[in-house]
Amino acid sequence: MRATVAALLRKELALELRTRESVPAMVLFTVTTYVIFHFGLDRNSVEGDLAAGVLWVTLLFAAILGINRLFVADHEQGGFDGFLLAPVDRTAMLVAKAVALLAFLCLVELVAVPAFALLLLGPSLGQALPELLVVLLAADVGIAVVGTLVAALAIQTRARDLMVPLLALPLLVPVVLGASQATSPLLEQRGAAALPGDWLSLLALYDLLFALIAYAVFDFLLED
Amino acid sequence: MSTTDPAVALHGAGRRYGERAALRNVSLELAAGRTLVVFGPNGAGKTTLLRMLATLLRPHAGEVRVLGHELPDDGYAVRGRIGFLGHEPLLYRELTGRENLRFHARLHRAAPARVDELLDAVGMRARADDPVAELSRGMVQRLAVARAVLHEPELLLLDEPLANLDPAAVAQVDPLIGRASGHTRVLTSHDSAGALPSADVVLGLKGGRVALLAGAADVSAEQIAQLYA
Repeated sequence: MRATVAALLRKELALELRTRESVPAMVLFTVTTYVIFHFGLDRNSVEGDLAAGVLWVTLLFAAILGINRLFVADHEQGGFDGFLLAPVDRTAMLVAKAVALLAFLCLVELVAVPAFALLLLGPSLGQALPELLVVLLAADVGIAVVGTLVAALAIQTRARDLMVPLLALPLLVPVVLGASQATSPLLEQRGAAALPGDWLSLLALYDLLFALIAYAVFDFLLED
Repeated sequence: MSTTDPAVALHGAGRRYGERAALRNVSLELAAGRTLVVFGPNGAGKTTLLRMLATLLRPHAGEVRVLGHELPDDGYAVRGRIGFLGHEPLLYRELTGRENLRFHARLHRAAPARVDELLDAVGMRARADDPVAELSRGMVQRLAVARAVLHEPELLLLDEPLANLDPAAVAQVDPLIGRASGHTRVLTSHDSAGALPSADVVLGLKGGRVALLAGAADVSAEQIAQLYA
């Protein structure tokens, strides 16, 4: 399966490099949203709960843009049929798409997190950065797995653009909740507190749960 | 598959889209190495039949066996042995022809050298590094032919394979998908003059039902024309 995942992943990255449909749009969305928050909240800086909420809600909505585009090329250009005609494990597509979405989210965050620190965040990120990276990774894995599952389901419907947010947002509430709660102590004005292990564990558990669900049902989503 | 098993066997096969029956009670057998040509007006069920044989659609009634395996349960066993050329080329428009063929070669574990070999065979070496979106329909069809035979399949399922091809291109792809290729073939066509000479068995579909099934030697162009009346 590793070779198939590698082939699919290489194709995903080549398509994104060629079309630049997902990552640039997600980056632009996050930066614009932070600018809007900057003026909309009418304050120069945020910290703690509010900072964590603004960071994660923005990243979540940016992720929805990427989830919406995840299977479009395969659906519109026969990629599904091409894949289904090959003697390969269909789970390879789930893994490749989830890894591709995870990579897109990481790329977006390379710009989004510094932009957030610059435009909105009161306390310095320096001390909290290693712990924040752990939370970002745990939440991104959850968004990537749930997003891939939802995108595969929604692409089969006529109202794809509507279905993705309607399905993904409720399913991603625990991820945003866990990520916000785990991030909040890291962004306190008085200095970063310790990373709350229980919220991080919740995130990891949710990631694992949805990875198992996606593994169990993904084949059926590709079936006629 | 034993040597006496037919390459394709359908017994009472049917397929619906919602309430509408696209294919009803189709029964036929095709021996290995032979060519079945399917005629019929638009909406007769030709593409549905091909997609069902390609494991892309589940039969809703009857029995479908391909290369000795029952579908859909045994689909995995036949996928790598089928070459499918449908109305869509199954190529990503933003990738080049070479990138597309390499991608499919990796999925089918075909040798990388096979890509260049086929690009030469279909006369696309010079434009192999152009994005598919920038190619003419005929060129895309030639790449689609290369994609369909990349993994050296035993059974070719060809939906109007010569559409969009000029005579020179037809001559180029003929050794790959024509009668001389030696493959077992199921192909659809509207062109009785062009397709009938290459057929061993002729199937005529109308409204999803079998309207004609006979050896090619026993079928006249008039009988095929009646399918479209």
